[in-house]
Amino acid sequence: MIIEAASTLFLILGAFFSLTGAVGLFRFPDFFTRVHAASVTDSAATIFIIFGLVLRTDFGLVAVKLLFILIFLLITSPTASHALAKSARHGGLLTLVETEATKKEDSD
Amino acid sequence: MVEFIDLVLLGMLAITAMRIIFLKDLFAVVMLFGIYSFLSALIFVNLDAVDVAFTEASVGAGISTVLMLGTLALTGRKEKVNSHTAWLPLIVVVVTGAALIYGTLDMPPFGDSNNPVQQHVAPRYIQDSPQEIGLPNMVTSVLASYRAFDTLGETAVVFAAAIGVLSLLGLPKQEKSAIESGLKSHLVLRVVAKLVIPLIILFALYVQFHGDYGPGGGFQAGVIAAAAIILYALVFGLPTAAHVIAPSLLKALAALGVLIYAGTGVASFFLGGDFLDYNVLASDPVAGQHIGIILIELGVGLTVFAAMLCIFYAFAAQAERTNIQ
Amino acid sequence: MLVLAATSIAILSVMALALARALKADTVYDRILGVNMFGTKTVLFIAAMGFLSGRPDFLDIAIVYALINFIGMVAVLRFFEYTATDDSPESSSTSEDQCR
Repeated sequence: MIIEAASTLFLILGAFFSLTGAVGLFRFPDFFTRVHAASVTDSAATIFIIFGLVLRTDFGLVAVKLLFILIFLLITSPTASHALAKSARHGGLLTLVETEATKKEDSD
Repeated sequence: MVEFIDLVLLGMLAITAMRIIFLKDLFAVVMLFGIYSFLSALIFVNLDAVDVAFTEASVGAGISTVLMLGTLALTGRKEKVNSHTAWLPLIVVVVTGAALIYGTLDMPPFGDSNNPVQQHVAPRYIQDSPQEIGLPNMVTSVLASYRAFDTLGETAVVFAAAIGVLSLLGLPKQEKSAIESGLKSHLVLRVVAKLVIPLIILFALYVQFHGDYGPGGGFQAGVIAAAAIILYALVFGLPTAAHVIAPSLLKALAALGVLIYAGTGVASFFLGGDFLDYNVLASDPVAGQHIGIILIELGVGLTVFAAMLCIFYAFAAQAERTNIQ
Repeated sequence: MLVLAATSIAILSVMALALARALKADTVYDRILGVNMFGTKTVLFIAAMGFLSGRPDFLDIAIVYALINFIGMVAVLRFFEYTATDDSPESSSTSEDQCR
């Protein structure tokens, strides 16, 4: 009973975090802020949803596979976001603050 | 519920396809093709075709994207603008398509269990496979035993593709003083790649040998193992990867895989059966089937691994050459 | 059961939003971000769908998606290292404007 309630709570929290991340992907003004929003879904939503699913099965092969997915996603998704942001920075993308600062300099 | 998800996925697929047609930036097209492949694999999962989804995910979203990006590194990134409008081809295509769709209206209803296609071999395979072969995954028993000859043809096709690419492009020569390339400045990525590559290879071995009991098999395992080495080559540079897995070894492995597969068939000859008849490989027919299936899956996995990696080496060596120049 | 269906629908809408971001992107990096997020959400979607339909064999496919997504991202970044000199986000966005 408690396990079912906990699983439901985790799944709902995971769905909530992923929805807020997706809305943030659209509403944030700048690329680097959008990376932050997307990585919220990659980390928080993944943890909650997978834990919610693990609580629904007994401890067997399925739970081990789910934990393996979780560990792999936790290692690789933040790395991919970090590498993407670093690559964008090296490619010359400016943050919102810097873009507005250069616009002010040009108009002065 | 299933139909609703199907509709949503197909809708997203159509939108992606329309956008791909009208984009002129080829890099964006490659990215959208990755999404397209993920979506088709999801549709296959929804249709309960798990092995097909496996193969589509690994080949379509993984290897195809990497190879297309390698090609884009050599050619330009922008598609040439069309100088003429395409009204006549559009009319021809619409008329032909309408005629074809009109022709399909005569076909039996989609997925009906009384269709002729479900009546001949499919019931026999489903009923007799547990006794004759004894594997839980019926897709593997059809692929590797009942239709083993077709799978031999597929393996030969993959081998021929590798030969074709090698004869056109050639493999990198192993030089002692190779320029070190790779993602030098991404330290986090290098550490994580070192952590993750053994896990991927382990997973590829799991898929290879677990293909009898769950989704998987030789083809998917070969592609995943090739993807692991491709990751190594991307992060640490092609010369380093060529030192680890030499191109000559790859050529030998590709041929060895096809040899194992056809050799199993010929061994059945010598033991008194037909070509690729596994019943004669051991005293007990079911044990013989198991031995035969393991052998040919090994052959398929080796050939696919070596062929994918050969093709990647050939493409990447071209890009390295132009980059160094 | 109902919670699983609701979670699946939520993840599906997140995927649709990520796809929309990949289709309509200001810079080329936004597109890559959309594809990356689509890939990771697909993993969760397959896990939830597998539980919903009672077939946990799907988890192998979910693992493959996670791997392939990561490898695709690394390939994209390597491609940018190769073509970093003649491609910048501004030029890619102007090409966007030309084709619309």
